[in-house]
Amino acid sequence: MAIKLAAIFFTMILVDNYVLSKFLGICPFLGVSKKLDSAVGMSLAVTFVMVMATAVTWTLQTFLLTPVDAVTGELKWDFGYLQTIVFILVIAILVQLVETVLKKYVPSLYNALGVYLPLITTNCAILGVTILNIDNGYNFAESIICALGAGIGFLVAMVLFSGVRRRVEQANPPKCFEGLPITLVAAAMVSMSFMGFGGIIEAIFGV
Amino acid sequence: MSKNIEVLTNGILKENPVLRLVLGTCPTLAVTTMASNAIGMGVAATFVLICSNVVISALRNIIPNQVRIPAYVTIIAGFVSVVQMLVKAYMPALDKSLGVFLPLIVVNCIILGRAEMFASKNGVGASALDGLGMGIGFTLTLLLMSSIREILGAGTWFGYQIIPASIDPFTIMTSAPGGFFVFGALMAAATLLTTPRKKKESPSGKEAREGGEA
Repeated sequence: MAIKLAAIFFTMILVDNYVLSKFLGICPFLGVSKKLDSAVGMSLAVTFVMVMATAVTWTLQTFLLTPVDAVTGELKWDFGYLQTIVFILVIAILVQLVETVLKKYVPSLYNALGVYLPLITTNCAILGVTILNIDNGYNFAESIICALGAGIGFLVAMVLFSGVRRRVEQANPPKCFEGLPITLVAAAMVSMSFMGFGGIIEAIFGV
Repeated sequence: MSKNIEVLTNGILKENPVLRLVLGTCPTLAVTTMASNAIGMGVAATFVLICSNVVISALRNIIPNQVRIPAYVTIIAGFVSVVQMLVKAYMPALDKSLGVFLPLIVVNCIILGRAEMFASKNGVGASALDGLGMGIGFTLTLLLMSSIREILGAGTWFGYQIIPASIDPFTIMTSAPGGFFVFGALMAAATLLTTPRKKKESPSGKEAREGGEA
C-alpha cells in the first residue's frame, strides 16, 4: 500500500508531470513563471486547491453521483453525466471559500497569493486531476496522494522553468521569436529533459 | 453586413484565439498529435462556443454583474456535458483519444474569454457569428499544428501514409517536447506574418536561418 502510494506520488512529479508531459495548466505555467516568488506562491495555492477539490469531488462522486450498493455491487443510481458541472462548481466554490477564509484569518498569505487565487478556477490542471482520479478508479488515499503529487509536480516545473526563463530573457533570439515563442521552445527543452525520467518509477518501486 | 463579416473573420486571422490571443493553450498542445483528433476537438469547442455565446448574450441583461462568472461557467459546463454525451454515444473512438480534454473544454479560456469580452456586451446574432469565427480560427490552428506534428512525427495524415514507411519518422514531434516546439515555431510564424516588415530581409531567408539553428 505505502509503496503504491509512493509510486503514484513520484510518477505524478517526474514521469506524468502535468505541465511538461500532460499539457495541463499551461496558462499559469507560461503566465506566472516569470518570477520565482510568484511562481512558488501560485504553485502552493494550486496544490492546496487541488488536494481540497479532490477530497470533495471524490466523496461526491462516490457517495452522491454514482453510489455503489455494498451488497449487490451495482450502482444505486447513476448521475455520472452531471460530473463536469458538479466538479467545476465545487472548484469555483472552493476557490471562493479559500479566498474568503484567507482574507479574514491569514491576511499576509492572502496578500501574497491574492492575484492568483481567482485565476485558479480556470486552471485546467485542477479539473483535470479530479476527473482523472475518478477515471483511474483510485480510492480516497490514492486520489489525495495523486493530487498532492500533481501539485508538487506543478511546483517543480514552475520553479525549474522560472530559472530557465531568466536566462532566456537575456538571450537574443530572432525578432519574431521574442517573447512567448522562444519561451515555448525553452519549455520544449525542459520537457525533453523530463522524458529522461521515463521508466524510473518501475525501476525503483517495481510496480 | 460588412460588420458581420468582420466579426466572423476576426477570429480566423487578426484575433486568432490560439496564436494571437494565446488562449486555450492546453488543448492545443495536447490533442494535436493526430489531425483527426484536432478536427474533433475543434468542432466540439466550436459547438460549445456558439451555444454558450448565444445563451450568455441573450441573458446578458438578466445575470447580475457580481455572479456573472459562476453563471457563465455553469452555462458552459451544461453545453460541454451535452457534447460529452453526444461524442460518447456516436464517436466512442474520438472520446477515447480526446480523453480528459473533452470535459476540460469547460475551462478552455477561449470560451470564458469570449463570453466575458464579446457575448456579455453584444447582441445574440453578433455573438453567434463571433463564436463561429473564433471556433473556425481555433479549428484551423489545431488542424495546421496537428498536420505538422502528425506528418513529421508519424509519417501519416488523417491516418493515411504520407511519408514512405521506410523513412523513420521523428517520433519526438508527437510527444510533449514536439508540441511545445511546433507551437512556439507557429507563433513566431504568425508574428512574422502579421507585423509589418521594417527590414528588407526576405522572410524566406529568415526562416531558412532559423530552421538551420533549430
